[in-house]
Amino acid sequence: MLKILKYSFFDLMRSSWSYVYFAFYLLLGIVLLFLNNDLSKAVITLMNVIIVLVPLIGTIFGVMYYYNSKEFTELLLAQPLKRSSIFLGQYLGVAISLSMSLILGLGLPFIAYGLFKSSAIWDFSLLLIVGVFLTFIFSALAFNIALSHENKIKGFGYAILMWLFLAIIYDGLFLMSLILFEDYPLDKVSLIGTMLNPIDLSRTLILLKLDISALLGYTGAVFKQFFGTSFGLIVSFLALTIWVGLPVLRIIFKSNKKDF
Amino acid sequence: MKIQLSSLLLLISIYFTTAQTVTVCKAGCDYKSIQTAVDSSKSGNSILIKSGLYNEANIVIYKKSLHISGEEGTVIDTQNKGYGFSVEATDIVIKNLTIKNIKVSYTKEYAAILLFKSYDFAIENITVENAFFGFLIQKSKDGVIHNNTIAGQGKAEADSGNAIHLWHCKNVKITNNDVRRMRDGIYLEFGSNSYISNNYSNDNMRYGLHFMFSNDNIYEDNIFNANGAGVAVMFSKRIKMFRNVFKKNWGTASYGILLKEISDAELKHNIFEDNTIGINADGTNRILFTENTFSNNGYAVKVIGACYDNTYSKNNFLYNSFDLSYSGNLNSNTFENNYWSNYTGYDLDKNGFGDIPYRPVKLFSYLVNRTPESIVLLRSLFIDIIDFSEKVSPVFTPENLIDNKPLMTQVKW
Repeated sequence: MLKILKYSFFDLMRSSWSYVYFAFYLLLGIVLLFLNNDLSKAVITLMNVIIVLVPLIGTIFGVMYYYNSKEFTELLLAQPLKRSSIFLGQYLGVAISLSMSLILGLGLPFIAYGLFKSSAIWDFSLLLIVGVFLTFIFSALAFNIALSHENKIKGFGYAILMWLFLAIIYDGLFLMSLILFEDYPLDKVSLIGTMLNPIDLSRTLILLKLDISALLGYTGAVFKQFFGTSFGLIVSFLALTIWVGLPVLRIIFKSNKKDF
Repeated sequence: MKIQLSSLLLLISIYFTTAQTVTVCKAGCDYKSIQTAVDSSKSGNSILIKSGLYNEANIVIYKKSLHISGEEGTVIDTQNKGYGFSVEATDIVIKNLTIKNIKVSYTKEYAAILLFKSYDFAIENITVENAFFGFLIQKSKDGVIHNNTIAGQGKAEADSGNAIHLWHCKNVKITNNDVRRMRDGIYLEFGSNSYISNNYSNDNMRYGLHFMFSNDNIYEDNIFNANGAGVAVMFSKRIKMFRNVFKKNWGTASYGILLKEISDAELKHNIFEDNTIGINADGTNRILFTENTFSNNGYAVKVIGACYDNTYSKNNFLYNSFDLSYSGNLNSNTFENNYWSNYTGYDLDKNGFGDIPYRPVKLFSYLVNRTPESIVLLRSLFIDIIDFSEKVSPVFTPENLIDNKPLMTQVKW
């Protein structure tokens, strides 16, 4: 598995897309910092970018890489190798190289700006951790979709739809159901609703650090208990880990059964 | 001339001979207890309480003008027996003392110093530890409360009192005090023409500063930190609030300032930072909010209703989750020439004002008012989209609530 991981990783590192992705984040970081001159504000803007773009790019990259390397995969399948290690190796190669572009692309300008002396370092590292989690989650989901669909167009379509659903439509439905059932106590429901969507969960996690006064002020005791303590933080990270784990398990399961 | 001067000197010497100073200490002074010193002094005398611990409570000063002062290390421990000083006199000075362990009661308002119908008073450099009420001042006027420190231990609003409580008072200067962990930091009930400045009000359970039926007061340069609400101004007229700092008032019912039924007030050069709600305005009329800075609040300004003719101009609204929440009609309130950090317009003619108007009320703040739990969707992409569509064609938010000339740069003063 490690060998395949290494191969996929270096393959992706050589591809121009990784550099484009890296350059994009580098540029974003530089522009935000040196046009803004306010580290905390830059972190907020970055959050908006990360919770929308990172999942999108993870999804597209995952699907694209799977379909592009299909011939190579079939070649590997002819060798005496475990199927799970082939697919997991490829998946990890994609996820790790994407995460690296993200961390380096955003980290370098921030370090150059003097992050280590600033109080925003915790906000920023949380941002990066969440970004990495999102990359892992969405490339795993993309691999799942690609594994289930032979047809490239269909696979891409479903992948984009999945992103659209989790990034936008889910929130719409969520909001509508909250308004529909506003006569009932909703704090627990809305907590669970947040847990069920990795993008919402990541957003809430970051917001806890940034807009906590608004969150604390406007919500009931349940929210305060959950968001105000490290218990909430641990549960949120646990949920994110489950969000990585489940799709990965399905990759293993699906790849073992799939007929190539 | 010479005669005048010598007669003046004569007068001064007479004054000083009558203004006798007596001393109080455990051994070797004129008196051993403060109460006996007070009882045997004549009006106009000074009492110096020397350093030491005095276990005395309910020291009564009745119709005698006395100047009482302590030394460094003069401590009066009331041992939870009641009041520290209970005073009804004119021209009274109490200073340089530490008073501690005031009795907690649910029926009587025990205080370190109680002044009743006292005129021309001064309370200075008093430290009150473990206070129930700090200074309770009733029906008095023309006084100074300066440089005191009052700290309580209350755990709930019901079993704690106010640090400085004025009831039916006039013309009182409250300056440079430090009040913390009480119910209200400073409370003016039916107080008028008072001046409150440079106080530090911290960790109080209810309000840092509280006005009830108190007109024509000024408070400036105070800091209100982490109170239930920074300042509550209720049922009062003509209050001037300048250069105060309100910060970290967090909670479900926490505000920087709570304005309730007040009119003709002026807020200028105040800073609101990290509050759940910066200003909560309910039934306010003819108030001028100008050159204030609101930064990183949940809501900068929340207008509940029954507000008429208020002017918000030249304020800085910086990075608040919501700049404004608004209920009801616009009611001739105006929002003009403010700087909004969320403003995305442009200034092509370079006159310093944005060319397109700014709408401070977002659809999402309307939704959160309706369903508070929807706050979990804060900063979601979907919310940004519906906010944008609401901005383009307002349906739910008041259509004419706009800042027609938003500033392009922050206001400086």
